[in-house]
Order: sequence, then C-alpha cells, then structure tokens
Amino acid sequence: MATFTLNINGKEQEVDVDPSTPILWVLRDHLNLVGTKFGCGIAQCGACTIHLDGTATRACMLTVSTVGDSKITTIEGLSEKGDHPVQKAWLEEDVPQCGYCQAGQIMTASAFLDKNPNPTDGEIEMAMNGNICRCGTYTRIKKAVKLAAKS
Amino acid sequence: MTLVKTKIGRRSFIRNAGLASGGLVIGFNWLASCKMTPEQVNNLPKEWFEFNGFLKVGDNGMVTIMSPNPEIGQNVKTAMPMIVAEELDVAWKDVIVEQAPLNTDIFTRQLAGGSQSIRQGWESLRMAGATAKHMLKEAAAQAWGVSADEITVKDGVLTHQGSGNSAGFGEMASAASSIEVPEEVQLKDNGDFSIIGTDKRNVDGKKIVTGKPLFGLDVYKEGMLTAMIVHPPAFGMKFKSMNAESVKSMPGIKDVFHFEAYPDDVERQWADGGGIPELVAIVGNSTWECMQAKKALDVEWEEASKLESSAYHDEALASLLEKPQEEPAREDGNVDAAFKKATKIVESIYSAPYLAHNTMEPMNFFAHVTSEKAELLGPIQTPEFLEKTLVSRLGLPAEKIDIMMTRMGGGFGRRLYGTFAVEAASISQKMNAPVKLVYSREDDMTQGTYRPSYKVKFKAGLDEDGKLIAWHVRGAGTNDDLIFENRFPAGAVDNYLAEKHSLQSNVTTGAWRAPRSNFIAGAEQAFMDEVAEAAGKDPLEFRLELFDRAINNPVGDPEKNDYDPQRYAGVLKLVKEKANWGSETGKARGVAAYYCHNSYVAQVLELEDTDDMPRVENIWCAVDCGIVVNPLAAKNQIEGGMIDGIGHSTYSAMTFEEGKPQQSNFDNYRLMRHSEAPKNIEVFFVDNGIDPTGLGEPSLPPAIGALANALYKATGRRHYNQPFINEKPPLVG
Repeated sequence: MATFTLNINGKEQEVDVDPSTPILWVLRDHLNLVGTKFGCGIAQCGACTIHLDGTATRACMLTVSTVGDSKITTIEGLSEKGDHPVQKAWLEEDVPQCGYCQAGQIMTASAFLDKNPNPTDGEIEMAMNGNICRCGTYTRIKKAVKLAAKS
Repeated sequence: MTLVKTKIGRRSFIRNAGLASGGLVIGFNWLASCKMTPEQVNNLPKEWFEFNGFLKVGDNGMVTIMSPNPEIGQNVKTAMPMIVAEELDVAWKDVIVEQAPLNTDIFTRQLAGGSQSIRQGWESLRMAGATAKHMLKEAAAQAWGVSADEITVKDGVLTHQGSGNSAGFGEMASAASSIEVPEEVQLKDNGDFSIIGTDKRNVDGKKIVTGKPLFGLDVYKEGMLTAMIVHPPAFGMKFKSMNAESVKSMPGIKDVFHFEAYPDDVERQWADGGGIPELVAIVGNSTWECMQAKKALDVEWEEASKLESSAYHDEALASLLEKPQEEPAREDGNVDAAFKKATKIVESIYSAPYLAHNTMEPMNFFAHVTSEKAELLGPIQTPEFLEKTLVSRLGLPAEKIDIMMTRMGGGFGRRLYGTFAVEAASISQKMNAPVKLVYSREDDMTQGTYRPSYKVKFKAGLDEDGKLIAWHVRGAGTNDDLIFENRFPAGAVDNYLAEKHSLQSNVTTGAWRAPRSNFIAGAEQAFMDEVAEAAGKDPLEFRLELFDRAINNPVGDPEKNDYDPQRYAGVLKLVKEKANWGSETGKARGVAAYYCHNSYVAQVLELEDTDDMPRVENIWCAVDCGIVVNPLAAKNQIEGGMIDGIGHSTYSAMTFEEGKPQQSNFDNYRLMRHSEAPKNIEVFFVDNGIDPTGLGEPSLPPAIGALANALYKATGRRHYNQPFINEKPPLVG
C-alpha cells in the first residue's frame, strides 16, 4: 500500500492503495465516485472514460502510481450543475436506453469537442469508436454530439 | 369511456396493502427517487397520502408514482408512470417516479421480459390512476356538496363549474385517501389522452448524464465486502482442488472458498437457468484486491461431462437437419406431392453461432444475509422468481427476504436468470457480512446462458405461375428447437410442413433478446427473397400476395395461425410507401417483415454505395405495436433493436474448443461500433388505437433479413451464415 495525492475534479484527494490499482477502482471503491463505469477492464469498451489533463483516457488501465500531478476529471466533475453542453445535448436528444455506457460516451465526446469544435460526421464516428453502446444508441449519440457542437 | 371493474388486481388498490411497501422503500431510499427537478426538491410536500400501491399524493399536489417493473433500458420506468398519470390527470411536471421494490402483495408480474411490461400492465396502471382520481373527485364532491359527476379534472386541479369551486389535488389528498376504493372506475377514451402518445424524456436522464449512483455496481454500503467468483474454464468441467491458503494471505483478502450456489436440495425456478452449480468465491475489501487474488489463484478442474467444440455443434445440428421429426410440429396439405408437381424448387440452409448477452454492466448483486433476514439489491429482471429460490436456498420465509431492483446496465434476457444473485446471497450467508458480488467481463462472457446456436433448412416449391405451393422448414438449435410452426407463412401456403429438433448440450443457453425470432426471422426473410427471385416477382409484392392469401382464404384453422395477416400486410404497405420502394436509388436495398411479441415490424434497409465493407445508410421501419405510450423512447427502442440485430449478425460469435469459450472480452468478441452503425433511421408507427403490445424486441429479428437481402443486392451473393463478416469469400475484395 502507498499514499497518493490525486487532483480529482479540482480537489486534492488522498488515497492509500496498492500502487498497481487502476484509477477506475480508486474512484469507485475508495472515493465514492461511481459515475465512471466498469465495462471490460482492458480499455476496449470506453465505459470508464475520464479526462486526464483534458484528454479522454480509459481509467481501467491507468494505474494510480502513474498519474502524478495530472488533473483528473470524472463525469461528476464535468460540470457543476450537470449543464455541460454535451450533457444538455444528451438530455435534449433523449440518448440513453440503459444508460450504463453514457457517462463514458459523454466524457469522450466532451474531450473531443474541446479539440475539434466543428467536426464532420466521419470525425465524430472515429472519435467515438472506442466507446461501445450495447443498446445501440449510436445514431442518437451522433445527433447529440452535433447538437453540442452547435451550442 | 370504458367502465372497468377494479376487482382485477384489486389487491393493488387496497390501501392497507399499499402501506406495506412503505417500510421497505425507506430502507432503500438512497436509490429510490428519481426525476426530481430542482423545483420539485424545493417544493416537496410536508405529508404524503397513499391511495394505492402505485401512487401517493402530497399535500401540495405533487404525486409520486411507483414504477413496478424492472428497468433494463426499455424505458418502462418512464412509460409505466405515464400511464398512471394519464388516468389520474396530473400534470407530468408534478410527478416524481420511484422504482418499486419487489412486492407480490401489491404488484403482479414484476418482470422485465418478453416485451410484456406495458401490454400486461396496461389495465392495472390505468386503474391505479383512475381509482385515485375517482377518490379525489368524491372528496371534492363531499366538501362542496355537489355531485362528483359534475367535477372535471385537469392537470391536478379539480373544478366544479356550477358552483365555481376549484381545488388542487393536494387540498383534497387527505380526505380522498380515506374514501372507499370504488368497485369500478371509468377509463378514458383514447382520444382524450394528453400524456400517453406524447414525447417524455427518460426520468433517470439527468442522473445518467451526471454519473449519479443508479446501477447495481454502484451499490456501496457500510461494512460491505467485495466478492468475485472463479467458474470452470470449460463447459463440462468441475472443481477439483486449489491453492486457497496462499491466496488468503494476500492483501485485503478475507476468504477464498469453494461453494455450491445450488446444493441439490434447492428448489430451482426456471429463472435459475443453467447457472454453474460449483464455484470458487474470493472475498476481500476491494475489487482490485479480489482481481489480484483471482489472478494468483490456481484452481484445478476435472472433466465431468463431454467437452464440446463448435465443430461438434455444427456437425450435430447439420445432421439433425437431415432427420424428419416423428410428429411434425405442423403439417398442412402434402408437401411431398407438391414438390413433385413444382416447376421450381429452392432450398437453402442458414446458420448462426452462439451469442453472449454482453450487457455493458457485468453481472453483480448486493446481498446481506443474516440468520434473521436477507436484503438483496441489484439488477434483476425476475425478482419474484429470485425470491422463491432464495426461500429454498437460505431457509428464510419470503417475508424476511427484501429484494430491490436497481436500474440495469442492460438486460437482453441475461438478467432473467438470477444465478448471480443466488451466488451473492450464498457468499453473504457464508461470510455473515454484506457482500457485493462482481463479475469481471471475462467471468460474464464465459459463464454461459448464451443465445443458442441454430441451423435451419428451408425448401420451397413454385408452380409455373410463380405461385408458392409448398413450404418446408426444418430447424434445430442447441437446447432449443427454434421453430414457431404457426407463424407466417403457415396459413398462406397450401402445403406446409414444419419440423423441429433440439440438440442437448452442456453449454448453457437462455433467452436472448427476441428468443428464436432473433435467428429464424432473418433466415426466413432471406429465404423468402430467394423464393421471390425464383418466382420472378418483386420481393415485397411477393410477400403481400401471400398475406392476401392468408387474409382471404387461409390454409387450415385461422385461429391456429399466430399472426394477423391484415396488420402484417399493413406494416409492409406502410414501409413500401415511406421508403418509396420500387424507385431506383442506385443503392442496394433489402426488405423484411416479422411478427413477434404481439407486434408487427417491416423494414427497408439501404446500403451505402461503396467499394468498402457495405454499411447501412438508411433504414425505414414501420411498426404496429398498437398505442405508443412514449413515441420519443419508442423510437429509441426500435432504433436500438435494429442496430442490435445488424451488429450481431454482422460481427458477433461465441465459439468453443473442448468446452472452452474462445471469446472472453471485447478484444476478441466483436460488437458493432459507431463507425459501423446505420447512418439514418426513420421509424413510423401505425396509428390504430389498439391496446399496446411489445416494443423492446420486435424490431431486431427482421433487421437481419433486410440486411441479408440488401447484401445480396450489393455483392451478388446470398448470405447464409452468421456472422456475415466471416462469409467466405469475404464480403469485400
């Protein structure tokens, strides 16, 4: 076990965990931040997507010992009141079915739009390709990303 | 207006029974309430008055509606309360929705499956709202000294025009809640609906997009331990020995033990499916510590029954296709004689592999079992059956077992089989501690309960005019006999023979979204295209001709036919018009129609004009599921179902070598991704005012047929074997 000080959603948080622990389980099991989801554990499904210094990153394979001073943003910290343009667009388009993958989808989309505010359909698809939606809300996700890009 | 007796399901409306749910709800209140807008939070009533098991009215007019059925993403948590709110005549903005716990004293069929929640809940949900409205009107009538019949209700306001009296629900709630429950109530005419048929957004939407705890995996409780399981690496193997002692000393590990979730004396329900009876449990403080221990644990397994490979399944199913069924499932006329007369015969075999459900949220459950009681909380489609199994497994009476459903990160049939909850309860009982069981993705994907592997052979005979005179279908599946003998084209062909076989296998299987239909529809609709082509007819018109036959002069007893040919033809005609079928777009198109879960769906699917891997560009989909409660969400279900069908039939497969699953995670089990999904989907509902039928499943099955037919147009080759991506020669190049 070792102590790590992490910058999560603008707040310093101290955890005492095994250095090999992925950030996903630090967030979920130790910090009660359960919005970041467990889907596959091998960075294939995107359900655990967070922002690491603004870049969409899979938390399930990001070990706590490698994070250092980097800033972590989770779905809980994307906006204070849940009114980030991407979150608003998701509600407007009524995207979710089961909803489980959507936090990861939103984190990928928001990091992507920060870097590419006016994407083409093809660019949206490629950016979102690492996030699986088993319910098949892909067409609505694309609509929501385009709506968020407009606002 | 329709007058209905409240006696049906009357136990739901007896006030005292309703109160019985109160204690349980309080225990789980961290999860219970949803869709609270900031205004609602600020305006919570001081006191609630319970009218029946479905609803309570606050002293300020706010209404809490319990959603009885489990939510797996099919959106019943929004749709079921909408139906109650409709008959109550409360403004939707004043409604708070809560997930009801399992309560067999109040609710019937708290189950997510078969696309039946709305269809089977329709009347009781309406009665719940109408009964409460009646009581509110009676209370107002007594207060004002007028006749209740003269009182009108709109958006939670009671008005008596003659006397000029008016009051909100909140003012009458206290008096109304003690008024006798009426023997019968009047339900609205469809034309008077103001909530049903309007777009309402997901009641959990805000929580989903902000990452609030909603799902089973999000359950964390004081003193809770985490548990993981190790199951046999191959079907047909059982536990022999392990190095438990060295793993027990690893950091954070509390215990490692071999256990049986289902000892021989447990009375199993159908919903216990094919769960693995013998497992190893690893219990620790955190998920990661359990995962590390799991890696270090060395378990030795031994062969207990045949270790089956996919090659064996393929050969065994193929040989069943050569075998007549002793007593055919259905036989009209004489197919042998008809085939002798036929001028053209078409014959084809179609196949599909096993599929895993792969809900995005892996199986998990929270259980806290003591000698006194059991508390369970998690994602389960069949809580009522879980309770029955737990009574037997834990030796506790049903009233000492509380089961609460969380929102589920997908179901698709997998969570009908609550083996994981029984495992969690068994582990908690052994540990004498609250435990959350968590499956890894690998545990989840290799555990079983798969969509069976199927093969089907069709043979059709045409006369010199291209008329279909004979149809023979023989199907086989692993642990499932595949064929619905009374579905189309039964009743539309003079000589019809349906035969079916099941191949017993120790690879466990279960219902997977639109069971059986998810394969047979695509195969049948692809074969229908081959037959239409042989007949020299347009495939859509060919189908309509068959429906004309079934409408005007059905073969056999029409009561036996499991479909209404008018409604079937209706969706085909609607999609024909919407897709402008027959117009030359220069792009490859396919059509298909199917009936299942009491609903009718027809689709036209159009592929992109590209030299690359064909991708679906446009889908037009016509649906007849009767009244559509929430069109916005209904379209989402239809879109998702089609993407599910197209994705799995194109990319996905579970295969086995010596009993061992060859796919274990999303690096080797391929699911459809964004850049492969259909680009545009349009959905059209038939507006016929018929009581609602299934919605979550019926759009999936025909999509596979429409895809196969469009792929034929694009590539010139028929696609017989799923996943289509593996067809040899490859689809492209």
